[in-house]
Amino acid sequence: MSDSANGQPSIAIEARGVTKTFGTGDSAVAALKGVDLDVRFGELTMIVGPSGCGKTTFLSVLCGTMKFEDGSVRLFDRDLAGMRPAEVTAFRGKNVGFIFQQFNLIPTWNVVENASIPLLLAGASRATAEAAAQRLLDEVGIGQKRTAYPTQLSGGQQQRVAIARALVHEPRLIICDEPTASLDAASGMKVLELLKQIACRPDRCVIVVTHDSRIFSFADRIAEMEDGQVKAVHGKGEYHAQYV
Amino acid sequence: MLRLALKMLYGDRAKYAMLVGGLTFCALLMSQQVSVFCGLMRWTTATLRNIQVPVWVTDAKVEQVNEVVALRDIEVDRVKSLPGVEWAVPLYWGILNARLPDGSFQAVQLTGLDTATLVGRPGKMLAGRVEDLRLPNAVIVDQVGVKKFKAKGIELKVGSTFEINDKEARVVGLCQSDQSFLGQPYVFTTYDRALQYAPPQRKLLSFILVQPKPGIAPETVVQTVRAVPGLTAYTSDEFFHKTIAWYMANTGIPISFGTVVVLGIVVGIAIAGQTFYLFVHENLRFMAALKAMGARTSTLAKMVFLQAFAVGLAGYGLGVGVASAFGFGVLKGGEPPFYMPWQVPVFTGVVILFICCLSALIGLVKIIRAEPAVVFK
Repeated sequence: MSDSANGQPSIAIEARGVTKTFGTGDSAVAALKGVDLDVRFGELTMIVGPSGCGKTTFLSVLCGTMKFEDGSVRLFDRDLAGMRPAEVTAFRGKNVGFIFQQFNLIPTWNVVENASIPLLLAGASRATAEAAAQRLLDEVGIGQKRTAYPTQLSGGQQQRVAIARALVHEPRLIICDEPTASLDAASGMKVLELLKQIACRPDRCVIVVTHDSRIFSFADRIAEMEDGQVKAVHGKGEYHAQYV
Repeated sequence: MLRLALKMLYGDRAKYAMLVGGLTFCALLMSQQVSVFCGLMRWTTATLRNIQVPVWVTDAKVEQVNEVVALRDIEVDRVKSLPGVEWAVPLYWGILNARLPDGSFQAVQLTGLDTATLVGRPGKMLAGRVEDLRLPNAVIVDQVGVKKFKAKGIELKVGSTFEINDKEARVVGLCQSDQSFLGQPYVFTTYDRALQYAPPQRKLLSFILVQPKPGIAPETVVQTVRAVPGLTAYTSDEFFHKTIAWYMANTGIPISFGTVVVLGIVVGIAIAGQTFYLFVHENLRFMAALKAMGARTSTLAKMVFLQAFAVGLAGYGLGVGVASAFGFGVLKGGEPPFYMPWQVPVFTGVVILFICCLSALIGLVKIIRAEPAVVFK
């Protein structure tokens, strides 16, 4: 972890000159063209920009689910490029929580089973994992639905389960990919409120990729991407005031 | 995670039913057809079980038990005089036509036992006494004969009569015997009387049945007999395998049954492989999500293999179970032949295991190739 200076939160993720190209030859598409970004502990950072600007690709690179060609990504002081794939997987399992646009809850597993996945993958016993999952489900307000199946829940409820799943193993980085895209406006706002309330801590950082301008006000900083690069990084309220 | 892997499998009921159905069909086809094949092969050696002796002596050119090249009666005395032989008795075995009271004919396997000792006598009598074979014109007919005669409207029982080669045969007993490949009933009588029933020939002795002296191995006696010009000998076990090998080499039975078994394997691979691939494909997004959340390849491999083995076990159990039920059913009726030695379920299990491994590997390759970042798309 980088040292903090002048009371500023310390750096959790440091991306420098990250490039990523899909395809080869004439059909090659440069998705990331030397992206730089710092993500700080204790902050909710949003990555915004038009479709196809490379937001999701950059998010995938930051959390180690996609390899990149050039540049460097330091995640909690570990250089992702220097780690073996198995190390990255283990590191990700321990340190990253995911909230997906489509929730990705396994339909044949009930709520508490879905929420306990990260702990089970880490080797925790079923009882321990489910007890921890239950605590988180209670915290996100859906504890009474522990035995329900995802198809029996509304979109907002499913996203709450996804939040519980993302936090159950106490990760230091929460990755959210369009968390409100599949939700109505009210549910989307509630989910972000909840996320801000229980996910944001001084020892943790949250990255949200979104198109949804209604939730920009929840961001501590907004990285604006365009054409495979971070065009600007705005402080709290700046982007909202400027564009929305 | 393994428990949840099973839950993932059982939760998709339609796919699960298809997978189990495919493997059940495959296991059923293989175990049932192989068992019928084994039963058929076993029928070819029925004479060896109906006449139980350690050593069989035949003409040197005889290759299997249903083939007779007659010997001279004097050969019995030659064999008796060989070292290591406790006793040797003659046996007549031939297929003759029995003429029934209504004038119809029924082919029978006439078996003439040594008159003095009745060596090779039926193991289980259903009616009458074996010793009554020494009465004039006495014969004992097996359950196949009862069934065949009944099909022609004749209720066969002790006291019934029919003719063999224009000579009277009086039933003094009914017995249980193993059904033979040829399907004709066994009719037991004495050796002397069998020679009277049989059409006149210069030589009529079919086999010499031999008992080694105590402490002498049947194989030793076999070697001694083989040294005699014109004769050969087999232990009962050796004759069994030689007979089956002959049928395997000289008939189309293995090819026709083998084709069905191979078809079962191919159909099993096709159904199970494709369905499992579809199952994995549909769950790929969730598997990728698990990868993103830190699932190691070994964890995912365990999950996929467990799912494959779970359907394999269910399909195997149902398939072999149905085949066994079929077996129990047909054993009551006696036809078609059915014999399921332990090797059949093991063979079926190995093939099902192979199909499961193959299906799991195909699915696993797809999962391994999937980038965890696919969950963001």
